[in-house]
Amino acid sequence: MTGLFAIMRKEWRSYFVTPAAYIVLAVFAVIAGFFFYSMLAFYVVSSLGGGSFGQAPQLDVHTMLLQPLFLNIGITLLFLLPMLTMRLYAEEIRGGTLELLKTTPVRRMEVVLGKFFAALGILLLMLLIVLGYVLLVAHFAHPGWKALAIGFLGLLLLGSAFLALGLFISSLTRNQIVAGIVTFAVFLLLWVADWVTAYAHGGVMHFIAYLSITTHLNNFVDGVFDIKDVVYYLSLIFAGLFLTARRMELAE
Amino acid sequence: MPYYWLFLKGTPLLDVNHISKSYGPTLAVDDITFQARKGEVLGFLGPNGAGKTTTMRMITGFLPPSRGAVTVDGISMRQDPIAAKRRIGYLPELPPLYPEFTVEGYLQLVARLKKIPSAQRRAAVDRALERAALGQVRKRIIGRLSKGYRQRVGIAQAILNEPPLLILDEPTAGLDPRQILETRQLVRGLAGEHTIILSTHILAEAATTCERVIIINHGKLVAVDTPENLTHRLRATDTVHLEARAPAAAAVAALRGLPGVLRVEPLSEQAGLARLEIECQNLQAREALARRVVEAGWGLAELRPVELSLEEIFLSLTAEAAAPSADAAAAPEAPLQ
Repeated sequence: MTGLFAIMRKEWRSYFVTPAAYIVLAVFAVIAGFFFYSMLAFYVVSSLGGGSFGQAPQLDVHTMLLQPLFLNIGITLLFLLPMLTMRLYAEEIRGGTLELLKTTPVRRMEVVLGKFFAALGILLLMLLIVLGYVLLVAHFAHPGWKALAIGFLGLLLLGSAFLALGLFISSLTRNQIVAGIVTFAVFLLLWVADWVTAYAHGGVMHFIAYLSITTHLNNFVDGVFDIKDVVYYLSLIFAGLFLTARRMELAE
Repeated sequence: MPYYWLFLKGTPLLDVNHISKSYGPTLAVDDITFQARKGEVLGFLGPNGAGKTTTMRMITGFLPPSRGAVTVDGISMRQDPIAAKRRIGYLPELPPLYPEFTVEGYLQLVARLKKIPSAQRRAAVDRALERAALGQVRKRIIGRLSKGYRQRVGIAQAILNEPPLLILDEPTAGLDPRQILETRQLVRGLAGEHTIILSTHILAEAATTCERVIIINHGKLVAVDTPENLTHRLRATDTVHLEARAPAAAAVAALRGLPGVLRVEPLSEQAGLARLEIECQNLQAREALARRVVEAGWGLAELRPVELSLEEIFLSLTAEAAAPSADAAAAPEAPLQ
């Protein structure tokens, strides 16, 4: 465990010394803030408009505000998380420090998990920013704690799966930029994979649609907790971490 | 059992047993076997690309050997890599540094990676800083240090946990002459407590710092011996360098006929001084040379035995290994007898 914490501390230090973490967090805060403000403003205008015509429709905070917010945050993570994972292994391979990690008595899994948890820490900070925005309005229009918690759990699982896959891709190359671009491409393909449902049929279609990250995120965003979706994300995370460890075992 | 086993006084700290490494069809390291005993400084010599780094990487557990086994202090690297790695300090060719860290912060990190108990970490870092003479730069950012300092941080990292086996891959490469001297001094200071394996392509370095030298070429072990023995083995005859105030042609003619003199070769003639290289059968021949020069009334300016430099040893050994008929390379355990 000492090794795991040592790696985690080291990665956090690198994130904050090279301003990568600050930039990702700041960019994320601005983008998420813009999404949140737009949705809130739209919600306010809609509710005022509806009320003035006496129709007073049931404007639900969850469907009007949180659902679109969560989906947009998911897309923002798709863009930003590759920047957190691309350097994790590529930099060690290029800088020769992989030799240090592989020749000191630290277990492979400690290194893999240490890096994963360090990136996860930044992801948690990002989600904390979103939570801050949501809590700002919770006082005026309560979204329902359960739906809120499920939505955040969905984002956390989505983000973790991205991080685990990104970590693996970073372990395949010595070039950060290559790692970043490939990671982004993989995320995007996973995001749009459910489009096949529009034109394909049969087993292959089901399989590809199952792989889609969006299919599984939708339930969480709707406030529905389905163990099947949790299993999907957890398998992606385990696959990513396992492949990374395996890759490190074979890396030459 | 290898022939040099007899010369080993203690039990081997490191046992490298028939290791090979192949990348697809190419064999980077071909069946290398050697041992190192406690406290020994072993030089690992070979031209660039001979397989030095690959061999070192297999010893340190960075690369798994395709065949063969590495045992450190009785612990198999394959069966218990964590325990084996605890006993090794390794300085790779490129020091594995994190440029954004301070020297001290970096060593603290490595101490954690090396599983040094938290109570001893502070002391271990202080000791390594002191031994590598890094006290003044302990708070500096590694990325802003000079190459020599970075190399020393790399060495400090390797000795941090006081490992019985220290592996240094080209510790002086790319340093300026003063830094090279400082690094050599540092390495010599570490000898005794640690078994040190040091790779280099600079032969003088091996001659000055190492007790035994392993020569490897094209992934094969060519010779294992002390630098003196290597010289001795390769020199069946005695070559001397003679300098006298005489016409070169006359000197050659006069000396060629002496008993025991096999070959006389003029090297140069400058300002009346003739320089000759002479191959003698024995010491008597050398004495005869001196007598003859003095009798002829030529001023004898210099008469000295020509030491075979490690460069020459190296060249002749690697050339032998390359020749198809050379039986020397066939059995790495008993080469060149």
